[in-house]
Amino acid sequence: MIAAFALILVCQLFGEVLSELFSLPVPGPVIGLGLLFIGLLIKRKPPKELTDAADNLLMHFSLLFVPAGVGVITQIDRLKSDWLPIAASLVISTLLTIAATAFLMSKLLPKAPATPDAAIPATSDKGAK
Amino acid sequence: MMEPADLTQLWVYLSTKPLTGLTITLVAYAIGFWLYQKSNRNPVCNPVVIAIAIIAAILHFTGTPYSVYFDGAQFVHFLLGPATVALAVPLFRQMETLKRALPVIIFGVLFGSLMATASTVAIAHLLGASMETLASLAPKSVTTPVAMGIAKEIGGVPALTAVCVIVTGIVGATLGPAVMNMIGLTDWRARGFAMGVAAHGIGTARAFQVNQTAGAFSGLSMGLNTIATALTVPFLWHWLFG
Repeated sequence: MIAAFALILVCQLFGEVLSELFSLPVPGPVIGLGLLFIGLLIKRKPPKELTDAADNLLMHFSLLFVPAGVGVITQIDRLKSDWLPIAASLVISTLLTIAATAFLMSKLLPKAPATPDAAIPATSDKGAK
Repeated sequence: MMEPADLTQLWVYLSTKPLTGLTITLVAYAIGFWLYQKSNRNPVCNPVVIAIAIIAAILHFTGTPYSVYFDGAQFVHFLLGPATVALAVPLFRQMETLKRALPVIIFGVLFGSLMATASTVAIAHLLGASMETLASLAPKSVTTPVAMGIAKEIGGVPALTAVCVIVTGIVGATLGPAVMNMIGLTDWRARGFAMGVAAHGIGTARAFQVNQTAGAFSGLSMGLNTIATALTVPFLWHWLFG
């Protein structure tokens, strides 16, 4: 577990360093995500220790948003003046994006059996488009 | 029996300890999660909303500044970075899907990313939001640490962005499935994919609760959208408004 967490932190640290060093517009953790992903591609079979650590971190992913969310109390003044554009744009844009993206992907993704458990043979999607 | 004055002093002492902010965060979330399960996982009882409401109320009534609370809560907040890195693991699990439909998936992510950013900025601009608010809203569909990073990059207010990101996630998680039901979309892959693009981690958490396939696709599109938005929004912003 310690080694896996250390690996994740090392990826993040390298990401932060690269982001800072080359003043990239991409935040460090995203570069870290890319680095770890490349590492997994090279290794092909991720060690169980790493997948367990990642799953544990992500199990209560939504908890991690709480401290930033409480920050709403520092933004009361701005929310008072700009509440309508903020609320309207967030709700409309989010639902519009969900509807449009889901519609687009339901048309574009290769056809698959309706039941999620049925494995899709690698050849079965050749004819479907 | 404790006199009220002692209680106040006790609070003054406790409120300066990081332990208090950390404990409040975990207890409030545990209460939120318990209520969520009690309500039969009704998306309206979102554990994040309940936790934020409880903590905001406590801070308000005790007159505790956010910075004091954050001294403790930062230990939870810090984990957002490593958790973002850890997204590489669920992303890797989707390698087979990725390989089979890579062009479609990349196109879908770019479409969703641009759609989310452009529609928010356009609507808020039409309704008269300030430039600073627009920049804070633009990265609303990606996970908090990344969105805050992007907002800082393009002249937004990271704290406001954090709020917008969470509202976005909650709106997507609570109302998104109803909207997709309304237009009759039944493909779990497409439904999950849309949740991940538009409503990041909170949408993905919701997708996993409904259907494993939806959750996997949501994780996939969330991870890719994080990268797509972090790469495109700052460049587009500087090009359009710079």
